[in-house]
Amino acid sequence: MSGQTRHRLEAALFIAAAALPLALQAFGEDYYIGFATRLLIFALAATGLNFIVGYGGMVAFGHAAFFGIGAYTVALLMAAGLFTAWIAWPVAVAAAALAALLIGAVSLRTRGVYFIMITLAFAQMIYYSVISLKFAGGDDGLSLEQRSTLVPFDLADPATLYWVTLVLLAACLAALKRLAASRYGHALTGLRQNETRMEALGYPVQQIKLVCFVIGSSVAGLAGALLANQNGMASPSQLYWTQSGMLLVMVILGGVGQRFGGMLGAITLLGLEEILGRLTEYSHFYVGIALLGVVLFAPRGLAGLWGRQK
Amino acid sequence: MTVLLEAAGLKRHFGGLWATNGVDLQVTAGEIHALIGPNGAGKTTLIHLISGALLPDAGTLHFAGSDITQCNTHDRVALGITRSYQITQIFPRLTLLENVRLAVQSRRRDWGSSLRFWRPASVDRQMIEEAEDWLARVGLAAAVSQLAGDVSHGERRALELAMALATRPRLLLLDEPMAGMGPEESEHMTRLIASLRGTQTVLLVEHDMDIVFRLADQISVLVAGRIITSGTPAAVRENHEVRRAYLGDEQS
Repeated sequence: MSGQTRHRLEAALFIAAAALPLALQAFGEDYYIGFATRLLIFALAATGLNFIVGYGGMVAFGHAAFFGIGAYTVALLMAAGLFTAWIAWPVAVAAAALAALLIGAVSLRTRGVYFIMITLAFAQMIYYSVISLKFAGGDDGLSLEQRSTLVPFDLADPATLYWVTLVLLAACLAALKRLAASRYGHALTGLRQNETRMEALGYPVQQIKLVCFVIGSSVAGLAGALLANQNGMASPSQLYWTQSGMLLVMVILGGVGQRFGGMLGAITLLGLEEILGRLTEYSHFYVGIALLGVVLFAPRGLAGLWGRQK
Repeated sequence: MTVLLEAAGLKRHFGGLWATNGVDLQVTAGEIHALIGPNGAGKTTLIHLISGALLPDAGTLHFAGSDITQCNTHDRVALGITRSYQITQIFPRLTLLENVRLAVQSRRRDWGSSLRFWRPASVDRQMIEEAEDWLARVGLAAAVSQLAGDVSHGERRALELAMALATRPRLLLLDEPMAGMGPEESEHMTRLIASLRGTQTVLLVEHDMDIVFRLADQISVLVAGRIITSGTPAAVRENHEVRRAYLGDEQS
């Protein structure tokens, strides 16, 4: 596929996605606008994780921590009386970035299985800390009084929240493309292929990896802020390790290191769960089989099926 | 003649073994300095200590006048010490050009940091041209767009040399650059290294004595973690201790 064709295809996809709420409203299926928003939010979180796993070569098993931190930041700020998204969402991103900086600085001293375990451990520490905090709602989570205000947009309207999410996801994917082609992106590619060589060439390897970890985690923070708005609450389940696992499954399903991998994986996984959930009680069983199929027959994920794209 | 690298009383042990046991070594700017010694003498450990992959337990290292004993690898590369590896270290799924481009890009003093996130690296025309020049210099001009994982062993070694040179080191550490090569490839690499004479300071670890005596301006002999003698090829050849400890074994 040539660059221009792909460009047009991406533009067409974006327009189709933007038109979706109008179509759903026309058919009176307003429920699905919220569902579609959820898909996009998870697509955003998984895209952030894919940057860490696929571009940075670090299998992080604690992505839920940053996802949850984003949600709780918005909920806590709202409980304190701050409603505007213009401040709350950037703060949510910054909080996730700061947590990633601290966790990453320690975790990146390890690699491989140890990195998986230590990121998981940190994420679980955050989970248990949050559920033991009274002012954060403990086990019940923290509900939002209303959605964030994003003057001049009205996020109480489901379609508006959908569009805002869509624009943020598209911007994030575009930035990712740009990032991959930059000097920094080249350095990441080198790092993934041969860390010893990069070290010998004098690259500040730890710093490059830490920056990657922080960028990917910040994206999760933004996704978390959006999910809190969509769900009307920040819930502990968002911080739990199963959430990290699910995000990793999305990335693997969609295609590790493929730019659209996180998005495709999130949409496929949540879509399958929704559809199968209506047909059978054992939806997880069939989702598992679908995942097995992808791992066996399309090791580069769904995005890998239609050509290389980075 | 200025001393570029000076090691004094350098020591490093692994468990009970002193792999480096009080090494004193001086490398003068502009020379090709060969480091020879029997297997297990500690040559690679010494290269690790100089490149910063290992830190010494005792002793000091000075490079171009500054104390680098405690510097890590990337500080040393920034100061101008670059190494190649005994086992080829390249980026197998990048083209030769991309491999060298990454080496060119690593020169922070010329390009600034690699933490540049926005500008597409492909517009850095100058970097690409320079990478092409280095590849031409080692005889790989025709293979620039091949994947590094697909070319022959000899070509990979030449690529590695191009990458090391592209960092524009003041001191180039070559750890057995001819390892695993056939006679023809080995001859090509020897000529490449010879072509650096006078413009590039090199510290070379090599087993093949013919090559060492062809290339070296200065030879240091490492035995059991110590330099037993240092001098011109002629002087080293005449040294009795060296003959007994090393050359003699090989000739008998």
